[in-house]
Order: sequence, then C-alpha cells, then structure tokens
Amino acid sequence: MIKKRIIPCLDVKDGRVVKGINFKGLRDIGDPVELAARYNAAGADELVFLDVSATDEGHDLMLDVIKRTAEVLFIPLAIGGGIRTADDIGRLLKAGADKVSINSAALARPELIREAAERFGSQCVCLSVDAGWDEEAQDWFCFTHGGNKKTDIRVLDWITEGEKLGAGEILLTSMEADGTKVGFDLPLLKAVEKAVTVPVIASGGAGDADDFVELFRETDVSAGLAASIFHNEETTVGEVKALLSDAGIPIRLTAGGVPNEA
Amino acid sequence: MNARETAIPGLTDGRRIAIVDYGLGNVANVRRALEFLGHRVELTKDPDMLRRADVLILPGVGHFADAMKRLEANGLTPLLAELKEEKPLVGICLGMQLLFERSEEGNAGGLGFIPGAITRIETRLPVPHLGWNGLISGKPELDGKDMYFIHSYKASPGPDTVATAEYGDETVTAIVQRGQLIGIQFHPEKSGDAGLVLLQQAVTGGFREKEEAFE
Repeated sequence: MIKKRIIPCLDVKDGRVVKGINFKGLRDIGDPVELAARYNAAGADELVFLDVSATDEGHDLMLDVIKRTAEVLFIPLAIGGGIRTADDIGRLLKAGADKVSINSAALARPELIREAAERFGSQCVCLSVDAGWDEEAQDWFCFTHGGNKKTDIRVLDWITEGEKLGAGEILLTSMEADGTKVGFDLPLLKAVEKAVTVPVIASGGAGDADDFVELFRETDVSAGLAASIFHNEETTVGEVKALLSDAGIPIRLTAGGVPNEA
Repeated sequence: MNARETAIPGLTDGRRIAIVDYGLGNVANVRRALEFLGHRVELTKDPDMLRRADVLILPGVGHFADAMKRLEANGLTPLLAELKEEKPLVGICLGMQLLFERSEEGNAGGLGFIPGAITRIETRLPVPHLGWNGLISGKPELDGKDMYFIHSYKASPGPDTVATAEYGDETVTAIVQRGQLIGIQFHPEKSGDAGLVLLQQAVTGGFREKEEAFE
C-alpha cells in the first residue's frame, strides 16, 4: 500500500536557509544541507527547497546546494522558485533534483508544463498552486507572487488544465490557511483532490501533529507539507508519523524517525 | 559535524562498478549513491571497461522500446549477454524491465535474460504507481521495507521473484534475481537509508543464499 508522505519545506535564499529555524544543537542552522540531513534522519519522506533568491547569482548558489544535498541524501528532492524555462529545469535536475515545482511561470505560460513533461517526464513536474477563496464568486482563484497577486484564473480549471498538459503532481497551498496554524484547508483540498487523478500535496495551515491525522482522515491527498511547525520544533516529523501510525494511517516508518531525538 | 549522522552498515573496500551508459535517463543519483557506499564508479559503454568491472549496473528511466534501440545501436546487447555469465548485472527501474523477454511498452523485445513479459499496470488507482510502498518478501531483511517506486509497467511475479509490492489489485515484481542477474523495479538510490542498505546488498552478493547467487 502506498504510504502517505510528510514533507518539510525549506526556504533558501542565496544558498542559505532563511526564516526562523530553531533546531537545538545545530551550530550552523543556515546550511540547507545540514538541515536536510536532520529532516532525513527524522524520517522525512521527501524534501522541498523553495528558492526565494531575487538574483541570478542566488539561483546559481541553489545549484550548489542541490549538488551537496544529493551527495549525502537519498530521498526525493523537489525544488521550487525561480524557474522560468525548461532549460532552468534541466539545470536543477542535472544538479541532483528529482522534481521541480512551477507556479507563476506556468500561469504566465502554460506550455511550460507540456515542454517540461515531454522533455523530463511528468514525474519531474509538480504544479504548485496558491489558492485563495473569493467570497463574492464563491470559488477559489489562483494567486501569484507569493500569494500577493490575485489572478482571474479559477483553481479547479487550472489544475485540470495542468494535469492535461502533463503535470505529474499538484502542490496546493491555501492562502486562507497558510500561517494560521488552525489546520489544513479541508474543503479546498477535497475539491481539488476530486478534480484530478495525480497525487496532491496539501500545504498551509498545519499547526500540530493532529492536523496531519485530520488531513489524511478527511481527504485522499497523498502528502502533507509544512515549514514553520517543523522548523520551530512545535512538532517533529517523527512525532507526526508516530501519531499517524497510531491512527492507522499508512506511513513509512524509519529507524531514526520515531521520535525525533532533537 | 558530518552532514550525515546515520551510519550505513556494510561499507566495503569498494567494488569497481560500471554503470552502462547508453544515453538514457538521469544516472547521476545512482552513481552518487554507489560512491556514497564506498565504490569506484564509472559511467561507460566502453567494452573493455565493462569487462574489467566487478559489477555492472543497467540503469534506465524512459521508454522500453527506445531503450532497447539505444542498447542495440551501441552494440551492448551481445556484450551484456556475454558479461552476465561472468559477473553480477543489476538492472534498476527500466533497467530491470529490459532484462525480460519483451514489453507492452512500444511492443518491443527485451534482452531476454529472464523469462516473462512486461505489461501495463492495470488498476483503478492512478498510474504511475508512485511513492513509498512496502516490500513483501520471504526474506526478513527485505519484508516490510518501504521503497520509492515510480513506474507504469510491471513484471508479474514469477519463480525468480525475490520481493513484490501491492498497488490496488495489482501485485508487481519489486526485486527479481536469477543467478547473478538482479532486477530492482523501484529506486533504491531514492529510498533513504533502507534503500542504500538494499543497494549495497545488490552489488555485494545479492538476495539469494550464496550457493544460489553464484551458481
């Protein structure tokens, strides 16, 4: 039986991890490779590096981070941020990434999804969507620029289109839930998960380990992604997995995973 | 501090491992994993280097018929048939499927080293079969271990099957071994520490008892 995946996400700028990360006992908490190794030991099923660099130099530093990570870590690694062309994707995969997530660039030019899927395979292409609820229209719309800019593209239309173009997975972030720590956006996730056959990764809203149990009990999504609750050690990947296991939800158990000794 | 805190058991003095280079798929991660395990690794299609290696790896991500064409165009089909008698040959993902007689993917003939055909996965669940799935095996060191799968075609279990995995109502071959020939359907190089341990086992003797493995 396929296991539900727990995915920590790290924001990386100019080759260093940004946003508050509170792991105890780490001398250099800004090194993405060291943090990735930490999450690997804790039982993370996959890792996402979100490149928030603003410059070409910053994006180049990301390639080095990917190389160093791929030399020591042997779980799937996804990269998002700063991707504009299929050549960009080629460089990231060559450096050692297993897949990329594309967001604004795909909205600006949907053909990018098809080009990437044809060149590298659908399994490499994750369509990342920032979804916000419009009370007036009573529907979800896509947002860009880190959730700051609303588009007139409806989320359910866009993900169906994205799947047709060749996206192999959907990473869905709820603008309403993101940062609130009140739990995942279940109505949005249920709607999206029914609209596509490819795996859906839920993002935004995780406040504690129980939220993951609720996520997998209430929806059929394949994975749950979180950043701050793991970085701040409000919970650990190991704790989440132990709770899911107790709840009878199929997860990958690892030797070092339960519980995180950090 | 070393970036890795988890020790992988069974680090050896290292084998000479040749990854068969026929211009297909991303082999960098297989290479990095084998180097991490302490081996000397070459990516090559040079017959002399393939002859000199202790172990051969047949990688592959992509289309079956296309892969066979590339193997043939590089003169590798007869060479692999010869070398498989002399040393372990480990096929990974599509590389495992190529060891069989034929595939529905492009209706092409394979290397024919292991009896059986590769067929499309038929289930109500989404295809590809993607993600972490548990091995089912009579070998206690393999049974229950979660590995990372991505594939749309499968080998049905047969007499050479060492481990399987279940997806919907399908049972797929996860590991197959016939003498020194080993096939691995999932990606051990992406399956965490358990995957590395398994990859090490594959290149240092395999999954059968010694007298079976080197018959």
